[in-house]
Amino acid sequence: MIRTTVSALALMALSAPALAQEVWISNERDQTVSIIDVQTMEVVDTIEVGARPRGIMFSHDYSVAYLCASDDDTIQVIDVETREILHNLPSGENPETFTLHPDGRHIWISNEDDNITSVLDVEERRIVAQIPVGIEPEGKAINHAGTIAITTSETTNMAHWIDTETHEIFENSLVGSRPRDAEFTTDDKRLFVSAEIGGGLHVFDTETFEEITEIRFEIPDVHPHDIQPVGFRLTEDMTRAYVALGPANRIAVVDIETYEVLKYHQVGRRVWHMAMSNDETLLFTTNGVSGDVTVIDLVREEPIKTIQVGRFPWGAAYRPAGS
Amino acid sequence: MPCKTVPLSAAAICVAAGQAAAGIDIPIAYLEQQVERPAVLTNLDRPPEDIGLMGARLGLADNAQTGSFMGHAYSVSEVVVPIGDDWLDAARAALAEHRILVVNAPAEEMLALADLPEAEGALIFNASAESEALREEACRANLLHTMPSYAMRADALMQFLVSKRWTDLVMITGQREADIAFAEALRGSATKFGARIRAEREWDMSSDMRRNIGQEFPRFTQDFPSHHVMLVADEAGDFGPYLEFNAWEPRPVAGSAGARPDAWSDRVEAYGAAQLQERFRRMAERSMRPVDYATWAAMRSVGEAVTRTSSADPDTLRAYILGADFELAAFKGAAITFRDWNGQMRQPMPVATRTALVAMPPMEGFLHQSSTLDTLGRDRPETACTAFE
Repeated sequence: MIRTTVSALALMALSAPALAQEVWISNERDQTVSIIDVQTMEVVDTIEVGARPRGIMFSHDYSVAYLCASDDDTIQVIDVETREILHNLPSGENPETFTLHPDGRHIWISNEDDNITSVLDVEERRIVAQIPVGIEPEGKAINHAGTIAITTSETTNMAHWIDTETHEIFENSLVGSRPRDAEFTTDDKRLFVSAEIGGGLHVFDTETFEEITEIRFEIPDVHPHDIQPVGFRLTEDMTRAYVALGPANRIAVVDIETYEVLKYHQVGRRVWHMAMSNDETLLFTTNGVSGDVTVIDLVREEPIKTIQVGRFPWGAAYRPAGS
Repeated sequence: MPCKTVPLSAAAICVAAGQAAAGIDIPIAYLEQQVERPAVLTNLDRPPEDIGLMGARLGLADNAQTGSFMGHAYSVSEVVVPIGDDWLDAARAALAEHRILVVNAPAEEMLALADLPEAEGALIFNASAESEALREEACRANLLHTMPSYAMRADALMQFLVSKRWTDLVMITGQREADIAFAEALRGSATKFGARIRAEREWDMSSDMRRNIGQEFPRFTQDFPSHHVMLVADEAGDFGPYLEFNAWEPRPVAGSAGARPDAWSDRVEAYGAAQLQERFRRMAERSMRPVDYATWAAMRSVGEAVTRTSSADPDTLRAYILGADFELAAFKGAAITFRDWNGQMRQPMPVATRTALVAMPPMEGFLHQSSTLDTLGRDRPETACTAFE
């Protein structure tokens, strides 16, 4: 079910909610998005969305949220004030994850079932390019300069390096089994890629495309099989990586200068992805199996709250106050 | 990309080539011996004729996609040997052209193939035979196994039952070779994990259950001692599916019917499996069966080893597959590896009914010093296989 825009009159009748800091969570099996107020740490709203919502992010000006409604084969655009779905964008089949180009206009999408990366122009509302990649494309990243897009493919076990101008793959890097997430450091000099079954976080030099290192994780009393790195985030100052370890139910804290694992935070069951507040003091993790979100205080370095959301929370996106 | 038709009237070879690329060629043979399907009571379940073949084709497609980025060109020659044709002739012909074979055949044919002089140094994957001997006293260095053995399947089920504390069991067995072998494995598993088979009875297939379900089974099961679960060893699905709701006591059925342990089930959804199921369904226009999974896993194991070693040499690939660095993401939650003492693929196994997944052993709490996956099937200290030393 896809909700469409309500009439302008109805919109005006609604009092616009004051814009607090929020975290939006996509619930994969509930066809909903849960909205958490960061101040009160409570779910303040639940929006009905399309089928199998997964990837979620905000536009650069935080006026709308973009959501992959995977089984509806569309990307939904949601007004952050009214919470209404404004329109659906073409996405190619089964969009799972995506990322927004620094130009704010092009969304790069992984089409899971079609072995394709699609490039969507949100202004013209059309797909402008489709690039064949490996099997089960998943992780998406674009460097800050906007010149390189990465698609990881889960069964092909590669990170594909794509020129954002020509839409051509110019390099393929083998990584561990089932690569998931990818992200560039702020200076664009390094690319991080997580490998779910391989169990490591791979670091590549973006000039030579050579692997610098693979960060491994070990947790006492947790079987190595259960340590499955999936979503992760790098801090702006390039000191830390926070890595979700799936069924290990932990977030690893990694020093990305020394590549040392500093700490593991216990979170809910089967942690997938996360959102970080813009001041990088709070982390919100989506715990798929336990159906909740763990809030980690990154200053005090401890989990501070668990918030119940919908079934199989998958993606998370943070929006600052007043935006 | 894959060839569309496979003539079943005569041994036919058809080459399905992966995406062409410069670099390494990896020619693989898919070799199948067709077998008589045992007659079963119901006429409704006709197994598809392309079981195994479709898994190999999907594996080829998956490999080819990766190969296209690496300069590795995979191809599969499909050889399907009809009943009555000479298996070893077909095997020799395949071995003359290929050093990597994915085989769907009974244990006896598998062994005869592996023992051919032409098979020496080849890399052969058993994707169908569940025989224990093939992995133990009759193991062969050139033969790896992606299909789990009867013992692995029995252990998977028994771990689940024991984890539920359903340890009082009774068992009904059929008379076919596979039933006897699976029943033997279930007995071994019960002993291994501390369950008790309190009584056993053999079903002699003499009555027509389509008509007599309600009369026959209550009487047949009436004097069983009290039990938590009724095990059934009826691998062809002959009488087993009729047991549930027709026994004297209302107890769940498990084994060949009811909750069934297998290499694969079309009910597996987590760990990205929905994507594999969907890819398979799109290609085969049916759901994925255990033998399809095993042929797919064999193809993917070759693909993974070629990708990581940039070699098509069977010795190099075999060494890599049996080595510590090999791991295959195979949609069952844990990295797939191979036992270096007998070439058996380690794997979690779904226990599922026809409508839902029940569990995915190894179950939590069944511990092992090196891999919990080695709690399923015969472990290194017990192996009778010496060919891998």
